Amino acid sequence: MLYNPPSPLETKVLSRRFGLPDSAAIGTYLATDGYQAFLKASKMTPAQIIDEIKASNLRGRGGAGFPTGMKWSFVPRTSPKPKYIVVNGDEGEPGTCKDRVLMENDPHSLIEGCLIAGLAVDAHAGYVYIRGEYRYLIEILEKALAEAYAKGWLGKNIQGTGFDFDLYAHTGAGSYECGEESALLESLEGKRGVPRIRPPFPAVSGAFQCPSVLNNVETFCAVPHILLGGGKAFADLGVPKAGGTKLTALSGHINRPGVYELRLGFPVRQLIEEVGGGIPNGKKLKAFIPGGSSCPILTAAECEGATMDYDSMASRKSMLGSGGVIIMDEDTSMVKVGLRLMRFYSHESCGWCIPCREGTTWLTKIMTRFYDGNGSRADIDLLGDIAKNMLGRTFCPLGDAAALPMISLVEKFRDEFEDYLKGKRREETSGRLVTV
Amino acid sequence: MPDPVKFTIDGLALSAPPGTSVIDAAKKAGIEVPSFCYYEGLTLVAACRMCLVEVEKMPKLMTACTLPVAEGMVVRTNTPQVHTARKYMLEFLLTNHPLDCPVCDKGGECELQDMAFRYGAGESRYTETKVHTPEKQFSPVVFFDAPRCILCYRCVRVCDEGMGVKALGVVSRGVVSEIAPNHGDHLECDECGACIDICPVGALTSGTYRYQTRPWEMTHVGTICTHCSDGCKTTLGTRNDRILRGNNRDRSGINGEFLCIKGRYGFDFYDHPDRLQAPLVRKDGKLEEVSWSEALAAVANKFQQVLGEEGSFGIIGSNHTTNEENYYLQKFARQVLGTNNIDHHRTGDVVTTLDALSGKTGKLATVADLYRAKAVLVLGADLALEHPLLSFQIRANYRHHQAHVYVVTANPVREDKYAAAVVRGRDYASLAARLKAEPDLAILFDDSYKGDDIRAVVEFGEQLGIPVKYVPLVDRSNSRGAVDMGLTPELLPGYQPSGQPGLHYDEMAAADLSVLWVVGANPLKAGASRKAGFLVVQDMFLTETAAQADVVLPAACAYEKNGTVTSGTGELQRIERAVNTMGAKADLEIIGYVAREMGAAAKMGPWTPDAVFQEIRGAVRGYNVPMPVLVTGGAAGTTPINGRVAADARPDLVRSDHNGLFASGTLGRYSKILNSVVESRQSR
Ligand SMILES: Cc1cc2nc3c(=O)[nH]c(=O)nc-3n(C[C@H](O)[C@H](O)[C@H](O)COP(=O)(O)O)c2cc1C
Ligand code: SF4
Ligand code: SF4
Ligand code: SF4
Ligand code: FES
Repeated sequence: MLYNPPSPLETKVLSRRFGLPDSAAIGTYLATDGYQAFLKASKMTPAQIIDEIKASNLRGRGGAGFPTGMKWSFVPRTSPKPKYIVVNGDEGEPGTCKDRVLMENDPHSLIEGCLIAGLAVDAHAGYVYIRGEYRYLIEILEKALAEAYAKGWLGKNIQGTGFDFDLYAHTGAGSYECGEESALLESLEGKRGVPRIRPPFPAVSGAFQCPSVLNNVETFCAVPHILLGGGKAFADLGVPKAGGTKLTALSGHINRPGVYELRLGFPVRQLIEEVGGGIPNGKKLKAFIPGGSSCPILTAAECEGATMDYDSMASRKSMLGSGGVIIMDEDTSMVKVGLRLMRFYSHESCGWCIPCREGTTWLTKIMTRFYDGNGSRADIDLLGDIAKNMLGRTFCPLGDAAALPMISLVEKFRDEFEDYLKGKRREETSGRLVTV
Repeated sequence: MPDPVKFTIDGLALSAPPGTSVIDAAKKAGIEVPSFCYYEGLTLVAACRMCLVEVEKMPKLMTACTLPVAEGMVVRTNTPQVHTARKYMLEFLLTNHPLDCPVCDKGGECELQDMAFRYGAGESRYTETKVHTPEKQFSPVVFFDAPRCILCYRCVRVCDEGMGVKALGVVSRGVVSEIAPNHGDHLECDECGACIDICPVGALTSGTYRYQTRPWEMTHVGTICTHCSDGCKTTLGTRNDRILRGNNRDRSGINGEFLCIKGRYGFDFYDHPDRLQAPLVRKDGKLEEVSWSEALAAVANKFQQVLGEEGSFGIIGSNHTTNEENYYLQKFARQVLGTNNIDHHRTGDVVTTLDALSGKTGKLATVADLYRAKAVLVLGADLALEHPLLSFQIRANYRHHQAHVYVVTANPVREDKYAAAVVRGRDYASLAARLKAEPDLAILFDDSYKGDDIRAVVEFGEQLGIPVKYVPLVDRSNSRGAVDMGLTPELLPGYQPSGQPGLHYDEMAAADLSVLWVVGANPLKAGASRKAGFLVVQDMFLTETAAQADVVLPAACAYEKNGTVTSGTGELQRIERAVNTMGAKADLEIIGYVAREMGAAAKMGPWTPDAVFQEIRGAVRGYNVPMPVLVTGGAAGTTPINGRVAADARPDLVRSDHNGLFASGTLGRYSKILNSVVESRQSR
């Protein structure tokens, strides 16, 4: 099912089957070039496949934006150990809901992406790790897997190519941290979802201590298109050093929330005004989260001239992240936003390391007290100070993900925190964005 | 060896083998990098973030525990950024810490206190409520105070990796993450207390020690555990003549910091209410308390009388008493009482082993060898239950050096889990091809191998074509010393043949002797009635044997006297007095006093441990060990003979008690803590 009508400004590549009748069915998939990319790849050498991915400038869509071709090339193909393909479908990042739309509407493109990755690194099994709360997707995926097995697109000697590949679906149990790649692997292995020391990275020692390719759902879904249309064509859709389109989940104070597939480099202003249809009630933009709540928050001024790509966001000291865009209008209480976010991170901190476990909890407690009207000016400094001293010192990036928005909130919206102490509180008018 | 890597830490030009961690390299150079979760010998978890250091060309601070040194690396541990990071880490840690140092067991020796003192801030900015959870009792031994826990995961790792038990884990997440036991609300494990010992704070505390004392009020005495033959050093913390705890935090001794429940907590038998504190003499059929002089006179007079009448004597010694006591006892038997009727409960066929190895050198494996051997073959024994230290060493060898462990036992054992091969039964010969391919080997066997079985094992080992060492397993803290000291009818000290036959343990218990003198043994345990005309017993408790005696002399336990003992692996160590029990005397002293009463003092020589030990050094091959090693608390390896043993080894007399983790002969019966573990399991 689709949650929003498409926008004419979209560039439909990964989402081109969305809206087709029975788009998730293998029949629909096969009728629209489905599994052709795999057949093509099966006649290529692994190096050629990886070169094609490199040429596409595809960067990981899970948040970190690591070049995918390069990641695949790190897998030691000649290792005597089995190799695995692992799909990160945990999609826990607040504001992000694009992997779900992909898995729901075009699960076979994910399967095909895994097959091609398998060819590239000599893997013969893979796991799709799906966020616990997406339980309904398991059925959809299981059905797609069964269809693929039934039609000979999974299993032994796929379509006479001599290539064997098995793919399994696995659900998490409701932990944001299990989206972090190494915690995901622990969880997949049936252990407590805490991250691993890296190096070694999953490419060398991943699932069951074997070399593994671990990518986001959207990353895998892009692979068949790259193989079919060529890396260069995909690269040309985006900007230099970052090819293709990005599924962008637009939420918050926006007239037309939804998931839209846009070229990398799409202007932020146009995203809000034209794709999203502007902010309800003609309100002004106050704050903008570009790619999930873990990215530093941008002010309206900082959004001027910004485009949705890695470099533009990096130059504004934020990140493109996962593509979860959150729009906040002028009435949004940033104190409340701070409380909501800190609650999320302290609830989701896995607890493995001191600065994140204790830091996020402390921030939450201060924010709660502050929000309840028992704050002081010293608290505003303390919030920033705690966050800055978590930053870069935690075991995994979750600690940073909590610290960054906190720092940007107290630095960029300090006035509002001070006003709050004086009793000037903002109440949202345009729908309940932030519930506490 | 690959070329060393060159790097600098705080401006010092250093080098270390590739793969060395920055934290180790710094430590070696005398630079302290604070750490909670890093622990030598355990896997890395990098959770505490205390060890952050600055590394040139790296954008972020790096954890020194996980960072290997690299050529040209420039590390700084003494910069404002590093200091700030440490200070904040401690502030974070203390936010939810109860700071109940005034009543915490760990106060005064707590790593968190020390770190806060050195690296922390004097004041906290935390004004919110703290997370609190009530204290829990996991087992008779283990208590857990979650709020004090800093989640360093040392306990989890030492239990899993060190002990191979894996009884502790972590539940929940975030700030309410908690250490949890393996059976929901309680722990079922070895109860060794390694988790408690390794805990840097007062989160895990022991049932025996908690709330007993402040650490700085104790005196610490390093001695040797008196239970099994593994010979662990245990440091007893005493106050007001009471033992309050045992541990080995200074890692001295052959066991490092390892101890099982018996070494760490099983000292408590010494102040059991049933402990004998006055000599007893049978009067009108009843044992009555008398003075030492009366009791000693009664014994001496009887001995003199029987000597005069040319009556018969039998002497049963102990495998718990010291070498000095055993040596002195057999000397007394042979030279004063003129008899070879002397024996002890033999728990392993040491004699055949030494005989089979005659003419070869360096054939007895030490505890350290078990950690270094490339391969280990375990025959018969359930090491984890009966020889906890040896089991620990082999496991550590496997974890740290990937040693190949071969198991040939009748039943499943803990070593199976990581063994290179497991054979159920006794067919070790089927492993020949694999063992031949090993660079070297240590073979351990229990009492199910004796006599010709041992000769076969040695023959097997010697034809493998690789260096092989052996461990004949025995039961008790000085089982090995008892044989070395000549506590058998057929052998004198140092395995010299006595030449004259004498009665054995069982024979003596059943014979119509004029006098049976039992020192630290319980031959009538099974309920037989005494046959001897006169029965003298030296013991700590009124055992089944003592209850039938004419004279009972209250003996001191190993923690109340000085001397030496020899572990099952032949390592000679000193024991040291930690406490005194009023009324009890060391067996050596008692024997000396009996000699004096009989006018045999000059013949026997002084009965001080040092003087007797000097005599042993001269008389027993292999015991002429360097004194400095011994005096400083070290262990000295002994090989008491290298040649054929010209006497029948009597393998038929060898029988092990096979005491597991929570049993220890008479001592175990009077240990509250060991019994409470057994009871807690039975009540389940
Ligand atoms: C706390 C945390 C949560 C994460 N959650 C997700 C997630 O839900 N989905 C995802 O694809 N990547 C997530 N990531 C990123 C992954 O660690 C990893 O970088 C990514 O899956 C790699 O795939 P890609 O290269 O295709 O982006 C998360 C990272 C962190 C630190
Ligand atoms: S930063 Fe530390 S506590 Fe937080 S999620 Fe990562 S490992 Fe867990
Ligand atoms: S109980 Fe002690 S050893 Fe275990 S994690 Fe907590 S502080 Fe560390
Ligand atoms: S292993 Fe043996 S010597 Fe060591 S502490 Fe346990 S009982 Fe004592
Ligand atoms: S010692 Fe390095 S993180 Fe704990």
